[in-house]
Amino acid sequence: MGEKRSTGFYVLTAIFIAFLVFLYGPVITIGILSFQGPTGGLTFPMQGTSLHWFQELFRTQMVGDIWGSFQRSIILGLTVMVITVVFSVGAGMAYRKKFFGSTPLFYLIIASLVIPSILVSLGVGLIFSQLGWEVHWSTSGLGAQLTWTLPFGILIMFAVFNRFDKAYEEAGRDLGAGPIQVFRLIVLPIIAPSLIGVALFGFTLSYDEFARTLLTSGSRNTLPLEIFGMTTNVTTPVIYALGTLTTLFSLLIIVFFLTFFVLSQRRRDKKGSDAGKGLV
Amino acid sequence: MAVLQKNISSILLASPVILVLSAFIIVPIILITAVSFWGSTEFSIYPAFLFDNYEFLLTSDVTYRVFFRTLYFAVLVWAITLVLGFTVAYYLAFFVHSLTWQIICFLLCTIPFWTSNIIRMISWIPFLGRNGLANQSLIEMGIVDEPVEWLLYSEFSVCLAFVHLYTLFMVVPIFNTMMRIDKSLIEAARDAGASSTQILVNVIIPLCKPGIMIGSIFVVALVMGDFITVRFMSGSQIANMGRLISNDISLLQYPSACATAVVLLATVVIMISIMLRFVDIRKEL
Repeated sequence: MGEKRSTGFYVLTAIFIAFLVFLYGPVITIGILSFQGPTGGLTFPMQGTSLHWFQELFRTQMVGDIWGSFQRSIILGLTVMVITVVFSVGAGMAYRKKFFGSTPLFYLIIASLVIPSILVSLGVGLIFSQLGWEVHWSTSGLGAQLTWTLPFGILIMFAVFNRFDKAYEEAGRDLGAGPIQVFRLIVLPIIAPSLIGVALFGFTLSYDEFARTLLTSGSRNTLPLEIFGMTTNVTTPVIYALGTLTTLFSLLIIVFFLTFFVLSQRRRDKKGSDAGKGLV
Repeated sequence: MAVLQKNISSILLASPVILVLSAFIIVPIILITAVSFWGSTEFSIYPAFLFDNYEFLLTSDVTYRVFFRTLYFAVLVWAITLVLGFTVAYYLAFFVHSLTWQIICFLLCTIPFWTSNIIRMISWIPFLGRNGLANQSLIEMGIVDEPVEWLLYSEFSVCLAFVHLYTLFMVVPIFNTMMRIDKSLIEAARDAGASSTQILVNVIIPLCKPGIMIGSIFVVALVMGDFITVRFMSGSQIANMGRLISNDISLLQYPSACATAVVLLATVVIMISIMLRFVDIRKEL
């Protein structure tokens, strides 16, 4: 297929490029529009170019508590990330053997992924109100978000351990390593690059989560909630400016994790270590 | 004894996940089911065992219309994302030959997944609005005289946003299964005289079924359970099950919201269970 670049190849290439335009076009549009002049509106034409709407973002009283919500989203995202990585590795290790209850737990993990987000939000909110606890982004919000990030983390770990070559561990055990040594010196280095992937999922899915945080974050909003609140009462390009900044931030995070991933692999290759080669 | 110990170590390792999912999935669902039988006044809810909420829900025309509207969106979006997602995955897997380019193109398809859905929805406004780019170009090209009104805040924009947000849930699993297809199978088919179309239909598509199923599970679950995309992209003019729930919540009618939630959950669980019968997710990862 495609050795002599058939018509099919060109048609599919065109479709693929159109798909990319479809994916990125709108976001690029609001990127451009966020540089609207001070008199510009939500659509083209541009009334000059300026940084006016970005400056507007820094006037806190104008548009609510953006920076507070940004801070909360970061803290929450990092917490979710760490918990997701640690718990997913645990579950991944557990599933290397069949254990009592492993099948029901697997279905629970899948259920957690497919349950409508608003149900999680509603249910967790109800628990807290019935128990007389106050919902807060760092308690109920954290738990609700974990029900979304953990399944992704665990499925990635399943994929990793499906390809894991047990010979390396056996070699370690034969040489007298205990279970903790085997994990720390053999398993962990082999799965480390994949953990960067799990961390990326954990952070970004939390940072962008909307529905599961809606009824569980309490009076202090996370950033997506704040942005959504803005869509109902802000009719200036300031919302595009915020959209552009937070998308850039997301891209920065993605680039950071991917670079980290590439560097960790390069470093490994250079040192001639065979860690990571235990994946078959 | 050793067997028991092995079991214990696995259960211990999985226990944090068991705890989190019990507290934040199982208990909430039990409570939602319980509250769906509760009674409510204008200001409060009280424990009871009433079928009022279900009676009201199941005897109302609105429920059925909204229910079928929700299903309609799920089927329509599923069909579009499947065709589009499959085409993109097919291109990446079989027409991009250098591994570097494959990785770059695959990343380009997945990066939006890690950015905010809300922003991605907002970003359609300057494009589809009354004075948006689409209308401006249509008028400039002389295709229409007046701005087209159904581009934004319509069924069209809701579907467009769904496809925009969720196609990559199809691309990734289908691409994953395509990359695992033994290339010698395709060569064998070609040697036996199959055309590209025949290879696609008789070799590639059957072997991609698990990936198609996983992608379908994601898309169906996400569209069925959605409320924010429909609310935002329809300008609150179209209802689906999720919006019924969120409306009841905003009116503090929790028992009624819970009854709708139970119906929605039952529907989603039945649909996903059927789909799960066709694929062993753990094996396919």
